[in-house]
Amino acid sequence: MKEMILMLALALFMVAIFLNLYRVIVGPSMPDRAIALDTIGVNLISAIAIVSIVLTTKAFLEAILILGILAFIGTIAFSKYIERGTIIERNRNN
Amino acid sequence: MTILANILVIFFISVGLIFIAVTAIGLFRLPDLYTRAHAASKSSTLGVMCILLGVFLHFWLNEGHFNPGILLGILFLFITGPVGAHIMSRSSYLAGVKPWKGTVRDDLKEEFERMKKEQGIK
Repeated sequence: MKEMILMLALALFMVAIFLNLYRVIVGPSMPDRAIALDTIGVNLISAIAIVSIVLTTKAFLEAILILGILAFIGTIAFSKYIERGTIIERNRNN
Repeated sequence: MTILANILVIFFISVGLIFIAVTAIGLFRLPDLYTRAHAASKSSTLGVMCILLGVFLHFWLNEGHFNPGILLGILFLFITGPVGAHIMSRSSYLAGVKPWKGTVRDDLKEEFERMKKEQGIK
């Protein structure tokens, strides 16, 4: 029962990532693609969690936090680029 | 005890799977960016939190390994998921992405016009 649920979960992550890839490719504007890539990152986090149950190892659990942080930093940097055109602004004291 | 733990794990993972599926369908079908950001932020955050809680319970109850990293990941995703979607949709509004044509009211528009008039830019 549990193994069946886990395999079903992995198959469903595959389908979900393909649906998000459709939005990445087709999506009419740039923020659509960024949001869909963020959702792909979230799906990858949960897929890593399920895979670490299937393989009965704890070695992959640190990757969850790292992927979460990387997805958040990527989303913030991309939204600053969309809004202002730069990611890190220069100071305007002069 | 093992049966109870397995029931808990399967319940949380199944709820998370339902939310992940809802997220994928919403990203596929909804008409404009803001509704898609709504679907992507809320339901995917809740789904990944449920799945990580199930995995944490599996490693804690079945294998006797208390892993605080997963709890930290749940907390981090709970904080950063909606914040990321908010910043992304606000910056895309300021960059000029139009809402869906069936939108009834647009509260940010007046504020945005007033801000542009005060600063005299763009």
